[in-house]
Amino acid sequence: MVHRIEVFTIVNDSKSEVMQGKIRFLGFDISGTKVIEVYTLNKDLKESELKATAEMLSNPVTQEYRINDYDQSDFDFALEIGFLPGVTDNVANTAKESIEELLKNKFSEHESIHSSTLILIKGNISEEDTIKIGKALANDLIQLISVKSHEKFAEERGMDKVIPKVQLKSNPQADIVNLNISEEELLKLGKEGILNENGTRRGPLALEKEYLEAIKDYFQKEGRNPTDIELESLAQTWSEHCKHTIFAAKIDDNDEGLYKGYIKKATKEIRKAKGENDFCVSVFSDNSGGIVFDENWIITDKAETHNSPSALDPFGGAITGIVGVNRDCIGFGMGAKPIINKYGFCVGLPDDDEAIYRDKDLTNPMLSPKRILQGVIDGVNSGGNNSGIPTPQGFVHFHKDYKGKPLIFVGTVGLIPREIKGTPSFKKSAKAGDKIVIVGGRVGQDGIHGATFSSEALSTGSPATAVQIGDPITQKKLSDAIVKEARDLGLYNSITDCGAGGISCSVAEMAKECGGCKVDLEKVPLKYPNLEPWKIWISESQERMTLAIPEEKLEQFQNLMKKRGVESKVIGEFTSDERCVVNYHGKTIMDLEMDFLHDGLPSKSLKTSYKKTTHQEPDFAIPDLTETLHKILERPNITSYEFITTQYDHNVQGGSVLKPLQGKGRVNSNTSITKPFPESDKGIICSQGINADYSFIDTYHMAACAIDTAIRNIIGAGGNLDHLAIMDNFCWCSSNEEQRLGELKAAAQACYDYAVKYGTPFISGKDSMFNDFNGFDIHGKRIKISAPPTLLISSIGVISEITKAVSLDPKFPGDLIYILGETKEELGGSEYFDQFGFIGNSIPQVDAEKAIILYKKFSRAVDKRMISSCMSPDLGGLGITLAKKAIAGQLGMEIDLCKVPFRADHVLFSQSQSRFIVTIDPKRQKEFEEHFDEIPYAMLGVITDDQNFTIKDLIKTNIPTLEEHYRKTFSK
Amino acid sequence: MAFPGGFSYADDTGSGNAIANKLRNNLEDEIFKFAKEDKLIIGICNGMQIIANLGLIPATLENNQPSYTRQAALMHNKTARLECRWIWLKNTSKKCIWTKGIDLLHVPIAHGEGNFYTTAEILDKMKEQDQLAFKYVKEDGSDANGEFPHNPNGAMEDIAGICDPSGRILGLMPHPERFYSFENEEGWELKKEKLIREGSNLPKDGKGLKIFENAAKYFK
Repeated sequence: MVHRIEVFTIVNDSKSEVMQGKIRFLGFDISGTKVIEVYTLNKDLKESELKATAEMLSNPVTQEYRINDYDQSDFDFALEIGFLPGVTDNVANTAKESIEELLKNKFSEHESIHSSTLILIKGNISEEDTIKIGKALANDLIQLISVKSHEKFAEERGMDKVIPKVQLKSNPQADIVNLNISEEELLKLGKEGILNENGTRRGPLALEKEYLEAIKDYFQKEGRNPTDIELESLAQTWSEHCKHTIFAAKIDDNDEGLYKGYIKKATKEIRKAKGENDFCVSVFSDNSGGIVFDENWIITDKAETHNSPSALDPFGGAITGIVGVNRDCIGFGMGAKPIINKYGFCVGLPDDDEAIYRDKDLTNPMLSPKRILQGVIDGVNSGGNNSGIPTPQGFVHFHKDYKGKPLIFVGTVGLIPREIKGTPSFKKSAKAGDKIVIVGGRVGQDGIHGATFSSEALSTGSPATAVQIGDPITQKKLSDAIVKEARDLGLYNSITDCGAGGISCSVAEMAKECGGCKVDLEKVPLKYPNLEPWKIWISESQERMTLAIPEEKLEQFQNLMKKRGVESKVIGEFTSDERCVVNYHGKTIMDLEMDFLHDGLPSKSLKTSYKKTTHQEPDFAIPDLTETLHKILERPNITSYEFITTQYDHNVQGGSVLKPLQGKGRVNSNTSITKPFPESDKGIICSQGINADYSFIDTYHMAACAIDTAIRNIIGAGGNLDHLAIMDNFCWCSSNEEQRLGELKAAAQACYDYAVKYGTPFISGKDSMFNDFNGFDIHGKRIKISAPPTLLISSIGVISEITKAVSLDPKFPGDLIYILGETKEELGGSEYFDQFGFIGNSIPQVDAEKAIILYKKFSRAVDKRMISSCMSPDLGGLGITLAKKAIAGQLGMEIDLCKVPFRADHVLFSQSQSRFIVTIDPKRQKEFEEHFDEIPYAMLGVITDDQNFTIKDLIKTNIPTLEEHYRKTFSK
Repeated sequence: MAFPGGFSYADDTGSGNAIANKLRNNLEDEIFKFAKEDKLIIGICNGMQIIANLGLIPATLENNQPSYTRQAALMHNKTARLECRWIWLKNTSKKCIWTKGIDLLHVPIAHGEGNFYTTAEILDKMKEQDQLAFKYVKEDGSDANGEFPHNPNGAMEDIAGICDPSGRILGLMPHPERFYSFENEEGWELKKEKLIREGSNLPKDGKGLKIFENAAKYFK
């Protein structure tokens, strides 16, 4: 019997109020809403048991419930939003656990519970409008929307009782795939996937011609055709997402390719040059990169993207992104503890609401930039906050061309002892004979083809099953059980994350450590029965880790997991026979040479060309600068995003020192400092640099600026060049075109050049090469929107005395304002030019030799506590930096730029790199000026105790006005 | 006994509800036995939601005995989203053991459901028994009067923390444990600069520690 429990709030019903606001905001004329939480129980229960359950699920002080009954109040339409079959339903999972304990009665395999939300709407709307509201509130890729008119609702006594259970046909098995087919058919197999009996295809393998031929040759040699699981497994392992084939390929005359020939090479040379002072511990080889924190601890860092899933389901994409990168931390060495989360959202312009479609019939629209932004904000909110990991570091970046494919960055910093039980913690190796153990969540159809899908551009064929929803609670239990207990007991030999490609990648990857593996696939715990073996193998169901556990420690490990409420299961054994073997109910369905699986893919050879576009340098009369400053403060890349900052808990774990909002005026900072140990004065300092607008002029200088920005932000807040590492996240587009590859190569060259000059090693990196949208505009015209070539440089360093951290807000009236570093006429790609519709050509260029002198001097000044506040000019240049500083300190400024070498507007808004704006105690003026004697500096003015902001002859405004503009854009 | 913050069960089925159910379904006798003895209990943030759901607070007196039933709720913030920010508290209880010697306290909050609600009848009883431990106030100590962001969640009568009738059990939404060190405080950089220019030493400890020192002192 199916039961339905409805819980609703009777006092201060803010949920309903907020819902009403949301629906009105969508443009519907409604006068009231009532939000009801629904639990649908597919389980035989007595009336008393149902009542006890409903009482437990509601709060008697503020809520009421009804059982198998319906609302009889006055409304016009009922809208219910539940989950589609197979989609993770976290609320239902929690309710299930509570009910089982309350009633001491377990749910059987055939019983289930499902959560949904019922919204009763009163207003001047039609049934069609209600469906529209449903589609705007929910995502029909993962959620089920049902609507009833009040009449129908009353007649049928409420909504239907829906049990969204996955029903699969029984007796699944592995199929043989015939490769002796025409070339055309073979290519189709690679592009669209394996052919089903009914003529449909299983979804992209993303295997190109050369790869398909190599596979065909291999099986010809073996004298048989592959099974579906073998083919799917090869497609996962060889995917661009997993093998980074573009970064690995020979490029022009560089045999080593972009990764080995530029990124890794830089790190190698830097480490060699640093000699004894090399602070790198583990770079590029593990799930995260690791550097020394102090004599006892290592800090790890990793940044990932989750672009394709976030384009389809922003909430699900972002939450799986953040909990996924947490596992890259847990999967570092023997397991690091996540202590800092980071985010970065690159989306289309927030006010762009012109639809674009994936299909020619214009029925499948892309979500609007605003909707994507809201969804990813909520996703990281849920993933980070619920996991108890602080999120002090992040950014938002807008450009019209992120409209077709947003770039969603997530990162995690972790902490691990340098040694565990006397052995270096970053070393791990599965041994032949070790059991293969999966811990965490169960496997379903979610996330099938995630790895191959993200290696393709977004189009109509993008699979809905690629969408997953994360479950931070399952992962939190798993994470704590591993990094707080099992790790320090030495219960396993190796561990890795189950990410892209699921166990097909994690098990095969670990098998490299010992030389082979044998898996019994039917032992993998499933969410529902009858999942086909190839799906079990490649599913990207979340919250799982793979471990190698010696037989003698297995019992202790499994007992510990059971005690902590974490499911663990032995699914096979690591071997040394150089083969990757998968059995299913006793039958071998996969048997591949390890060598072929990992290294059988033919190496690519790429050709590039790079023709730079010359944009005319604009020449317009100097506008009203006060008004211009106000307008630029409103620009999405400059404005306050406090509404995001304050909904992410950045204080949890108690280590927050330099916060994401600084000064009395609460200005967003791009640098944060965290103190991981109460008893130590050392801190971890994080920042980043990104500016894709420069890519339209020159990707070499774009990359140089990103690196300089990431580094100087750290220096400005109190870090130093001697203990500073960086990471690269390339998000490119159309990486099969020579021009795009040329742009990519130039950026990689800059990465090498500047990392080596600054002595800041890359410790980890990731790339995503096809951020393109192929679809149709509102007129049905075919369009392609490519995300701007984007490079995120993340930086991480160690500050040895936490009280020497420098915040950005000026402290006292009378303090002097200085600029350090040289301002050049570099406005190409600037916010200022863009404000007037120009790109320009004079891109900022980084003079690393000069910058190093400044940065080293600056660090010594910080050490002598000479700097009272510092902010480094980035987007919007000097003008915006001064305005933001004034807002932060809530103190006036009197500035005089009398000795400007060129146009005043250009001085104000040039985005020249390697500069700092600082304020100092006037008593230390002489000492300060002597200290910075060798480098270009100028005194700009003084902090005042009023609210006026004046730049002599140029700008006259005040702090409340500046603040109003700074906060305007996202205040709605 | 401390119930720390921590998004137990991701607030599914109501904040602090699922873990309170788990505790009640498994450890009910042990917890209430502890509560009745001369011992201290604190619930912070999600911990406050949990002990409110367990009925450990406010546990107003019924025939001179604490009534361990659900009497208060922490509802969704008025802003309808999680708020992570620093706020000011004023100690409003003479009875509460945990808050002794504190007048104003600057502390961080980080919650989505901290909007305190109870019935008028329970509220009266709580006032009668001096059970209102902390209220949200403005920086100068004046009433927040429900005004955002001073009262960050819309709590009735600006209530941020309450204790049981004995003063031994405290539940509060803000996080004093996240202000254990001088450099934790929002705006510490300005204080630092002032102290340095005066030639003074920088303090080590944060003011949030006072609450835990009070607990330690109680047993000395």
